[in-house]
Amino acid sequence: MSMETRYKRPGRLWEWLDERIGLADLEKLAKKKEVPVHRHTAWYYLGGMTLFLLLVQVATGILLLLYYRPSAEEAYESVQFLMAEVEFGWLIRSIHSWAANLMVFTLFVHLFSVWFLKAYRPPREITWVSGVALLGLAMGFGFTGYLLPWNEVAFFATQVGTEITGAVPVIGTFLLRLLRGGDEVTGATLTRFYGIHVAILPAMTLLLMGLHLYLVQKHGMSVPPGVEGQEKPKRAMPFLPNFLLRDVVGWLLALAILAALAAYYPAELGQKADPFAPAPVGIKPEWYFMFMFKTLKYLPAHILGIEGEVVGILGFGVAGLFLLLIPFLDRRAARGEKSPLFTGMAIVAIVYMIVLTYLGYTEVPTQ
Amino acid sequence: MAEDALGPETTRRKFINWFLATSGGAFLLAVLYPVTRYLIPPPAGEATAATVTLSVKPADLKPNSGQIFKFGNRPGILVRTPAGEIRAFSAICTHLNCTVQYRSDVSRIWCACHNGHFDLNGRNIAGPPPRPLEQFMVNVRGDQIVVSKGA
Repeated sequence: MSMETRYKRPGRLWEWLDERIGLADLEKLAKKKEVPVHRHTAWYYLGGMTLFLLLVQVATGILLLLYYRPSAEEAYESVQFLMAEVEFGWLIRSIHSWAANLMVFTLFVHLFSVWFLKAYRPPREITWVSGVALLGLAMGFGFTGYLLPWNEVAFFATQVGTEITGAVPVIGTFLLRLLRGGDEVTGATLTRFYGIHVAILPAMTLLLMGLHLYLVQKHGMSVPPGVEGQEKPKRAMPFLPNFLLRDVVGWLLALAILAALAAYYPAELGQKADPFAPAPVGIKPEWYFMFMFKTLKYLPAHILGIEGEVVGILGFGVAGLFLLLIPFLDRRAARGEKSPLFTGMAIVAIVYMIVLTYLGYTEVPTQ
Repeated sequence: MAEDALGPETTRRKFINWFLATSGGAFLLAVLYPVTRYLIPPPAGEATAATVTLSVKPADLKPNSGQIFKFGNRPGILVRTPAGEIRAFSAICTHLNCTVQYRSDVSRIWCACHNGHFDLNGRNIAGPPPRPLEQFMVNVRGDQIVVSKGA
């Protein structure tokens, strides 16, 4: 029996649908998709893993919406009710919280693997730019979602985070009031963050994710320059079903890890936010903001006559812009040559993030 | 013939394009302006509290201690120095807006967020805060503490 006859679908429903939505074209497209096989193939799984965790976020997020109430008077109590009274409420919220963390983690690994393998080489510059923008959106999700339980740490994290936007030159005050919904962090801020978290960011993510996936589909997987030259017989595996099935194994593993983390380390709630209480001792942001938080802690009050935090914030702004523009700056990689400078910068970035995060978690809070 | 026909044809097309572009631009403005204005919250009544009478009595405030009080819609911190003097400051850290607290172990005002230290005159003496805390005027009238702006 040949392949053609084995995969033929003579079903009437199939034909009916094919005439109306063009299933055969989709099938042809899916069968054509291949994934290169070489010693760096493992990194190709990170993007799919991030996408899977995003889907977990969408599903659990929708479930959380059914109980959550976005106001300063009710938010904390509704989460408390969800955690204590609603059956499996703790599980849904804990998975949402853990999957968020894992997603940011896999996103970082995905980003750095693409960086090291120079997969942003032409014609994939826009794929990289949309990916970095998606990282920005993920951090926006993390930042806005953190406030929603309206607890003490969230309140001060938001104070600090929104105050940082106030340091942006010229439009700082405007941005700050836009984010806070007023001059202070209040219930108005909570309502605003809720709208951003459940409507604005998801809509933007959908658009950018669509673009990102379309581009990956259009260009296919990038083969690293080091592999492209040497391994003569090019090997590849079909995306369907070989690669997808391997993907699914990873997703099941991620789901198992999520369930275990949620069961053993359920998401905490802490004290209700009180605008007239001092910031709690040992206050920390989410781990993926820690290196920036710690940097701001180390900067002196004034650098060359400019307030230290302004210098720090501008520095991170420039670094973010640089990250976004890497495909256009790395001319050597664009020509297919080795690009040790940009590899070195990726290593420096990773070491910087790890060291400052480590210091942030090991410091004595009152020192 | 061609030149005769092209002349009015292109002008007409130009006019239509100009017409469409300006209408489109006007439409966009008509949408974006109200939306932008909508996104900016209306100014809240300015924190007008210039004077606040606190519920805490001077006798209840031990030397080398401090507590947060409401100064309008912002937090203030009331401090009794080890020498027994009562002082009041804005409790909003000048670094990134966290609420400060009194640390009796070092007799300083301290911000937990980024480890900023202020002395008992509100001066920023260690850590990242760039400016001193705003000081308020304190008047003790009988067993009432009155805090007011403009020290």
